[in-house]
Amino acid sequence: MKYTMLLCLSLFFSLFTVLSQAQTKETFEVQKIAPGLYFHFGHHELPNRENHGGIANIGFVVGKSCVAVLDSGGNPQQGLVLKNTIEKITDVPICYVINSHVHPDHVFGNRSFKGKGVQFIGHKNLARALQLRSAFYLQRSEEQLGVKLTPQDIVLPDIMVADSLTLDLGGRLLTVTAHGSAHTDNDLSVLDKSSQTLWLSDLLFVEHLPVIDGSLKGWLKELKELSLLKVKRVVPGHGPVMGDWPAALKPQVDYLTMLLKEVRSMIKQGKFIEQAIVEAGQTAAGRWALFDAFHKKNVTLVFAELEWED
Amino acid sequence: MKMVRVIISFWVLLFVNVVSAGVDDTVWQNELKAQFFAGRSISEAENIIAIEAPYRAEDAALVPIRITSKINQTNDKYIKRITLIVDKNPIPFAAEFNFTPLSGKADVAMRIRVNSYSYVRAIAEMNDGQLIMVKKFVKASGGCSAPIGADLDAAMKRLGRMKFKLPSTAQSNEPNLAQLLISHPNITGMQMDQVTRIIRPAYYVEKVKVTFDGQPVLTAKTDIAISADPNFRFYFVPQSAGDLHAEVSDTDGKTFSQTYRVEP
Repeated sequence: MKYTMLLCLSLFFSLFTVLSQAQTKETFEVQKIAPGLYFHFGHHELPNRENHGGIANIGFVVGKSCVAVLDSGGNPQQGLVLKNTIEKITDVPICYVINSHVHPDHVFGNRSFKGKGVQFIGHKNLARALQLRSAFYLQRSEEQLGVKLTPQDIVLPDIMVADSLTLDLGGRLLTVTAHGSAHTDNDLSVLDKSSQTLWLSDLLFVEHLPVIDGSLKGWLKELKELSLLKVKRVVPGHGPVMGDWPAALKPQVDYLTMLLKEVRSMIKQGKFIEQAIVEAGQTAAGRWALFDAFHKKNVTLVFAELEWED
Repeated sequence: MKMVRVIISFWVLLFVNVVSAGVDDTVWQNELKAQFFAGRSISEAENIIAIEAPYRAEDAALVPIRITSKINQTNDKYIKRITLIVDKNPIPFAAEFNFTPLSGKADVAMRIRVNSYSYVRAIAEMNDGQLIMVKKFVKASGGCSAPIGADLDAAMKRLGRMKFKLPSTAQSNEPNLAQLLISHPNITGMQMDQVTRIIRPAYYVEKVKVTFDGQPVLTAKTDIAISADPNFRFYFVPQSAGDLHAEVSDTDGKTFSQTYRVEP
């Protein structure tokens, strides 16, 4: 009798501990953009020591047997909060973490999802890009993000996508497509067939200036193909969910095309990169958030790409 | 009054702290100066060369740097060498450019990688051995930018392609501007091998030699701080028609060459 009571008591206390732990688990706001499809909005900010790099749109898709995470966040803590949020919403286990590309705001939540039964998915070039860049990202993480990242935070993909891959989440199919060099040289997009939602991540920027870290001409080519898809909505890597496809693409395509034309003509006129950085594309200022932070970087990359044209 | 002084000294202290945290010369003073110019005196002056660099590196992988000379190259007095150093880079030595009187002007422009907040300094060595230094502070870029070429496959595909770009008309017996473009990925080899277990050693252009009609115009020793697809602008003086010729070699011992016919 005494023994049973003790058992009950200890059970009660352990239950209490579990509950209180559950209560203290930090979660964040997610929007349900379609049944089983959730997204956390990233604000238009540069990564800094206040936001710790948690600035991108991240989310997840819930099937009958599996959850797929769509980008893990900008730091391990954001990854953990995303994981907590998923676990609060569903009991379905997380099977996949899809990394849309190498940039820190999309991959540095990875560490918090590591575990049995979780597979990381990336473009065939993702491992190489991580290999080339991560030493630099880690080295500057404390100064830039106020978070000390370590080699533990570099999670290489278990599944590398060369063309495309279909994931069955249980009654829900995701098509993961690897793109040619565009925003970066390792971009993936994800099509959720059941909700007709195209998760573009940083292949599409809305409001936030598009950032080129791959190939301008390659990006325009991929966008042309993507614009042919019949979908109900698209989710950009930065900016709100957009319903009107491919009209939602227009500001970005206009900006990229303008850059292509202006920089190409400057190269033809024999202008140097320093001049182009100052002069090209300034008419687009005011139309985009973070224009001052990224436009000159874009011109720099575009110039270096286009000077090999002839 | 005392309060005011306290406040002022607080601000001065704060300012000094901020300045010393960002703009700092210590790596140069304590290590690099002795490493590259042991026992030699270097004057800081603006009368021989000037350096132009953006205050903020827009892209860590590609920061345009331009060095302009303030004297003409003559047989009696000329700039023999310009050494470019980025204090805070993992490998501070970026490049060394050797000029001759035939260069006309010891100007050189290139694109470099800047990993961190750092001074970029150019040290000119005159033909009499005198050393003169200029420097610019460059703020590193933030965000997703990394000192890595953006499209590695494209760079590999073009590997070894070179071209000269010159204004359509050349002037004889005066300095003419030329631009040399070299397609090379210039891979840093500074990766996290313990994580990926993929070994990719540094692979970059290490020598560039430009001649006009067989006479050296610009000879450069370059290191990993030079951006992918190295790009150099410099001057040469053609007396008459002739060939501008570039020879480039990389750390794998591959050599590439290109010739451009100049008709003044």
